Amino acid sequence: MNLLKLSWKNLTNKPLSMLLSIVLFALGVGLISLLFLMQNQLQKNFEKNLAGIDLVIGAKGSPLQMILSSMYHIDAPTGNVSIKEIRPFLNPKHPLIETAIPLSLGDSYKAHRIVGTEPQILDIYDAKIAEGKLWERNFEVTLGAAVAQKLGLSIGDEFSSAHGFEDEEDFAHENAFKVVGILEPSGTVLDQLILCTTQSFWLVHNHDAEEDHEGHDHAPGEHPADEIPKPLLQEGDEEEITSLLLKFKGRNFQALNMQRSINENTDLQAATPAIEITRLFDLMSSAEQALRILAIVIIFVSGLSIFISLFSSLKDRKYELALMRVMGATPNALFLLIVLEGLLLAVLGYILGMVLSHGGMQFFASIMESSYRYDFSGMNFLLEEAYLLYGALLVGFIAAVIPAIQAAKTDISETMSQGK
Amino acid sequence: MLATENLRFAYPSSPDQGLSFPDIRCETGEQWLLLGQSGSGKTTFLHLLAGLRTPQAGKVQVNDTILNQLPAKKLDQFRGRNLGIIFQEAHFVRALNVAENLKLAQQLAGLKPDIKAIETILEHLNVGHKINARTSELSIGEQQRVNIARAIINRPSVILADEPTSALDDQNTQKVIQLLRQEAQEANATLLIVTHDNRLKSIFDQQIEL
Repeated sequence: MNLLKLSWKNLTNKPLSMLLSIVLFALGVGLISLLFLMQNQLQKNFEKNLAGIDLVIGAKGSPLQMILSSMYHIDAPTGNVSIKEIRPFLNPKHPLIETAIPLSLGDSYKAHRIVGTEPQILDIYDAKIAEGKLWERNFEVTLGAAVAQKLGLSIGDEFSSAHGFEDEEDFAHENAFKVVGILEPSGTVLDQLILCTTQSFWLVHNHDAEEDHEGHDHAPGEHPADEIPKPLLQEGDEEEITSLLLKFKGRNFQALNMQRSINENTDLQAATPAIEITRLFDLMSSAEQALRILAIVIIFVSGLSIFISLFSSLKDRKYELALMRVMGATPNALFLLIVLEGLLLAVLGYILGMVLSHGGMQFFASIMESSYRYDFSGMNFLLEEAYLLYGALLVGFIAAVIPAIQAAKTDISETMSQGK
Repeated sequence: MLATENLRFAYPSSPDQGLSFPDIRCETGEQWLLLGQSGSGKTTFLHLLAGLRTPQAGKVQVNDTILNQLPAKKLDQFRGRNLGIIFQEAHFVRALNVAENLKLAQQLAGLKPDIKAIETILEHLNVGHKINARTSELSIGEQQRVNIARAIINRPSVILADEPTSALDDQNTQKVIQLLRQEAQEANATLLIVTHDNRLKSIFDQQIEL
């Protein structure tokens, strides 16, 4: 019967008060750990998807919204911009720009966004083709790995897109996209997207326009389906895309100046992803801080509950503590006995808290994946959580130390001379 | 052997009103009764003998050891190993069952747990069937038997009992005293019973009045 075992037996002898302490402790620890996990995975996902993009150009509006819609594929786009306006940036001879990737957004298939773009986009996300080939002709699509898996699509399958980002039949377009390739999983937002040519987007919408209105402004057959489209640079002035992702040749003064000059001198908007994301995290951090304070209050209360339950148990146990002294236990042994009880409660609370937070994270992962288009997991463990264990042990110790000192000071003779 | 010499004790709150105790000497294997009225300091005397209190002056000797000269840690160890103390009321560690309480007594004294010895002693005291019972489930008589078992499990050289019969009826008193004497005799331990119970007077030859 070592002290640890005796501590355990003492705790399980009062299962309800043990349960209360553990559950309170687990709530506090679980909440803090969940915050760590959320923050870490959000940040990781957001940073991974920065993908070295220096500047995003799109329609005027909220810069954060533009970044979220163009880079993270959350939220709606700010609007469209015409080829005429962005033509200078598409020029491969632009002295500052290394890569310019056009994006056309606004359609989806079964809640997965369809993006009209160019195969260069694979390079910035380090993505590779797993089977089939890249989209080349209009209405050919290459699927992100997660899309293919979730929707059960394979090469040769056809589907119609829908207007908007929700899965609504009413807004279905009349067209047939054909799957020609599937990407390898890259762990980026690309996994969740359906990629096609920019011109496919125009065809889809022009076709709808033909049906809705008489007298459209495109000659029929201007962008015949199944054709390899022209480079964007050579397209007409009035055609539109949603945004442009830019990578600079180097981050020099001129490049930095470009953003201000676009915002001041044109009808376009330019935003730096890293800055907007930092702003987003700043916005979230106040909510996070409030939750963290709440968690600390819960941990404090749980520490108090450990303290109270140990302290009140001393009163019930004064005879047995004195008896243990009579049987040869030193005051140190009694001190250790009570401290171990506090630490045991803390460790059990910590373990339950970890189960709650990681279980909760695993549960959220499924929800988050569909709404944020990112991979979350409950199976990641962080270094912070190891520190959290030290913190938990410290709280357990502090809660137990006063009762433990009290126990160590048990006066055998006084206690034993008192009647029951 | 249990002996005292010029033993004096005063409560820290009133150091002037000290109690003086007679010198006693109980040889190994002897069985003594220490009689005194309530308030005569019987329990204090017993606690001094058990090393639970420190005397103001004088000494308490168990075999070759002067108890009140041992450092605190040694004293705890010595008490666990050599003194079997039976209190007026039986106390146990409630989270543990009967066998575990006895095992704890062995381990706190620094001895190896010996379940065979525990079974034997409980059997001997007629509570063998209660070995896995919770201590709260025992009757008063059974509690006192397990209490005795707990006190003598480590085969102490001195057994001290403080009013072991005050809560018992005549029949149980007879049984418990008989058990105590028998166990002490078998272990060749010195037995000292502190009491004001006149029923015991006729049983013991060797008596000290306080």
